[in-house]
Amino acid sequence: MERSRAFFRKKTCVLAGMAAAFLVVNAVAAVYVGFDFGEAAAEVPAGVAWLLVEFVPTVDSLGKLDTIASALASTVLVSVASSCIAAVFAFVLAVLGSKTVGRGGLSALIARAVASVFRNIPVVAWALILLFSFKQSEFTGFLALFLTTFGYLTRCFLETVDEMDTGPIEALRATGATYAQIVAQAVVPMTATSLLSWILYMIENNVRDATLVGILTGTGIGFVFDLYYKSFRYDIAGLTILSIVIVVIACELTSNYVRRKVL
Amino acid sequence: MMCRKPPSEPAVRGARLSKTGKVRVHVIDGPNGALLTVVGVLALVSAIAMVTMDYGKVDFFQACADAAVDFGQMMLAPGLAGHFTLFEVLEGLFVSLALAALTTFIGALIAFFTGLFAAGNLSNRRVALVIKVLMSVFRAVPTILWVLVFSVAIGLGPEAAVTGLLFHSVAYLTKAYSEAFEEIDPGVLEALRASGARWWQIVFRAVVPATSAELLSWTFIRFEMNFVNAVAVGAVAGAGGIGYQLFLAGSFYLNIHEVGLIVYLCLAVAIVLEVAATMLRKHYIGRR
Repeated sequence: MERSRAFFRKKTCVLAGMAAAFLVVNAVAAVYVGFDFGEAAAEVPAGVAWLLVEFVPTVDSLGKLDTIASALASTVLVSVASSCIAAVFAFVLAVLGSKTVGRGGLSALIARAVASVFRNIPVVAWALILLFSFKQSEFTGFLALFLTTFGYLTRCFLETVDEMDTGPIEALRATGATYAQIVAQAVVPMTATSLLSWILYMIENNVRDATLVGILTGTGIGFVFDLYYKSFRYDIAGLTILSIVIVVIACELTSNYVRRKVL
Repeated sequence: MMCRKPPSEPAVRGARLSKTGKVRVHVIDGPNGALLTVVGVLALVSAIAMVTMDYGKVDFFQACADAAVDFGQMMLAPGLAGHFTLFEVLEGLFVSLALAALTTFIGALIAFFTGLFAAGNLSNRRVALVIKVLMSVFRAVPTILWVLVFSVAIGLGPEAAVTGLLFHSVAYLTKAYSEAFEEIDPGVLEALRASGARWWQIVFRAVVPATSAELLSWTFIRFEMNFVNAVAVGAVAGAGGIGYQLFLAGSFYLNIHEVGLIVYLCLAVAIVLEVAATMLRKHYIGRR
């Protein structure tokens, strides 16, 4: 009884300490950037009310629907292509760097380092660097998305391949199968559904990230939004947001449907 | 009815044979076929995208070579070129971290309640559904658009940045929290209900103590993601922080060395946060 009481007291103290540390960090952060909780709480409802008036598409803005639709279509294409092509490269790197079927020490280290660096360099930095040499074009946006997706997927695929059952691999090795045969006959079939699930997730994610990249590289839906936003045509900007919402939710529903069918 | 000729000499009973009489190892059916179809469609869409893409007016191979050189310079020769002092850049880094911390804090507070109402075992089905639909709309709008929209609605500043960053934080944490709540042993809830505990008593006596470690882990993981978002948002929406300096260095001063230095700082923070988040995930969050 006494011991359990001490246990709970300790647990409560740890939790209270963490909560206090959390509060202090936030108070410091708020003072540092000049964030005013009261002001935010007062302004946000009024801001939302203003948005609901200004950003509602009018009949007039529907005329721009074809511009928005074609930009969205190219954005979706870029997202799908960057995710799928990155997945191919990521899979090769993940297999070579995995603990289960990898090529051992150094390649494992390199694969993890490459994944971490590519994933954690901000996508904004990629876009800015690539703009120097590739200028404003869809391909610049594609490359920026491709490089971050490559890092992210390598990390996810490494986890998937590492957690794979090693039985079939040993069995194939015992029959004298070559490395390529082991990968094609054991690794691919065992991980395929999980890899596909990651790719679908990345496609959804890239449709949203493509908007950010598009604003920087002047392409796709990001450019269309930026154009009308900066020229104060908020009704068309609102229509753009609405179209993005519809496309992203459609992507999500499609990939949920595919997951159900495949798994 | 079609009259089917039985195979002359079945090698394995029930096995499907190829034309030459060998046993077929790969049989395309149900999930397998669906998988192949999906992969085929994705490959086709990617091919169409690559063919129809606008490659701009640059010489492709020259541009690739230039990009490789730029990347090398960025990674190998980071440094300052007089546009910012080291102190200013570090200050920017802390502004981005502070924006991320504030977003995480406010997001966690809101998501705690929405998470409770979205958990199947603590809420009724209709309320849970409404919250889930609302969250998927929140998530469907890119973070950068939330921030841009709020910077015209309430004026450019930290309030707009935090408010814009909040939407995805709340949606993510609501999902994570509600899934943590749903994994609570139903026996505990039943025992408390039977003893006449009220709903808030159940929440604070059973739900919070049982899930606190997991909630804190998810919150920290979201902090990591919020830092990445705060950098991106700073660059495009002019919300300040190291992201804005990255944008200035890259598109106004066109200085690759400064971009490199800022990238290294972001990389260092992101990798530290990532390692910590991975450790928390392994320790406190079970496999899903």
